Amino acid sequence: MSARSHNVLSRKTSVNFQTAAARLVAVGSKRVTNENKRNLWISHIHRIRDDADKAAFADLYAHFAPRVKGFLINSGADGSMAEECAQEVMATLWHKAHLFDPSRASVATWIFTIARNRKIDILRKQRRPEPEDLTWGPEEEPDQTDVLALQQETETLSKALTTLPAAQRELIEQAYFGDLSHSEIAKKTGLPLGTIKSRIRLGLERLRQTMK
Amino acid sequence: MNKMMSTDIKHHLTDEILMGYSAGTLPEAFNLMVATHVSLCDACRTQLAACDAVGGILLDEHDIPNTQMQPGSFAATIAMIEQGVPITKAPAVKKPSVLPSPLRDYIGSDLSEIKWRPIGMGVKQAILPTSKQASARLLMIPAGAAMPDHGHHGLEMTMVLQGAFQDDDGYFVRGDVDIADSDLEHTPMADIHEDCICLAVSDAPLRFKGILPRIMQSFIRI
Repeated sequence: MSARSHNVLSRKTSVNFQTAAARLVAVGSKRVTNENKRNLWISHIHRIRDDADKAAFADLYAHFAPRVKGFLINSGADGSMAEECAQEVMATLWHKAHLFDPSRASVATWIFTIARNRKIDILRKQRRPEPEDLTWGPEEEPDQTDVLALQQETETLSKALTTLPAAQRELIEQAYFGDLSHSEIAKKTGLPLGTIKSRIRLGLERLRQTMK
Repeated sequence: MNKMMSTDIKHHLTDEILMGYSAGTLPEAFNLMVATHVSLCDACRTQLAACDAVGGILLDEHDIPNTQMQPGSFAATIAMIEQGVPITKAPAVKKPSVLPSPLRDYIGSDLSEIKWRPIGMGVKQAILPTSKQASARLLMIPAGAAMPDHGHHGLEMTMVLQGAFQDDDGYFVRGDVDIADSDLEHTPMADIHEDCICLAVSDAPLRFKGILPRIMQSFIRI
């Protein structure tokens, strides 16, 4: 566990860091790196939380709403249902901005889990058991070293995903974005189930190696 | 540290199951297993967070073809926001119990309130309400007793909540998950020190080897 005694200091650093990141992008730097982008998303969530900032929300909306919609369509929703659900997911982001904890997940991961939950509620019409103690409620401001560590891990994972052999990456994408179980992927692709399982396992194993 | 949190878990969920939970593609009964196990297992909680992170990166960077929002969509969302805060359920209160909170939610109460039904040889069960793709139930095996000899059609996961059991795959304590697929024939045997309570989920009905258990099976929905 990281020390909580540095909270005051780290909170201050956090604000400066985010402002700097925001400025970097606002200046119009041609090459907005993923890392800067992720910092910008975090500061957007904080602006929604602190100032009900619609411009920050619009920025997140432009990037994520169509992606959430695409995710839901791939999961079997029709266009109008996906549209409505994507709007609801983004509204949830607004309402729950105070619960977002950047030491536990990136903004994209947080939105992904909201969208995934919505998919289970609406499309699969199932109850959705969640583990104990997984509320997104930081009782205090998260420790900035934890936030940075998580950002670095996200960056590493993102790079590792892009360098994964195509066959492995595509199957992982299908598992998330095709709403297919491994045996359904087998039926669809004609590949033996064992091949699919081992490719996904290899892919995850490789991701795990890069995270060490 | 929560006393009910097991630190001795050696038998974990597979990547495939954790990834399925993360992607939202598992049957409800399996989600219940994952949520219950992760409530007790920090290692799988970390793995699950990594799976969610993969989902986040794919959502952020994956090429999603042809999915623009409708014109007026942003204004509609702002209107939705201004209508008010949606009702959100209160976070589960963490209290020490044999049953982690996801299971208490399904039962609607705690262990003492469960309506057990005998299924023979001293074993009792309580079926939990889930969607039909897979089933979930609690099993109570008396200390030292065996489950009826059975094999599996599909995938079955059995997690210990209280006591312990032994089968061909090893010794299972609180939090451990025994994963059996269609090939395995096994006879779990409860440890003699305490009655064993398990959560068992399956995507196919169990089949029993003897004739009597097979007749029983049609009556008791095991």
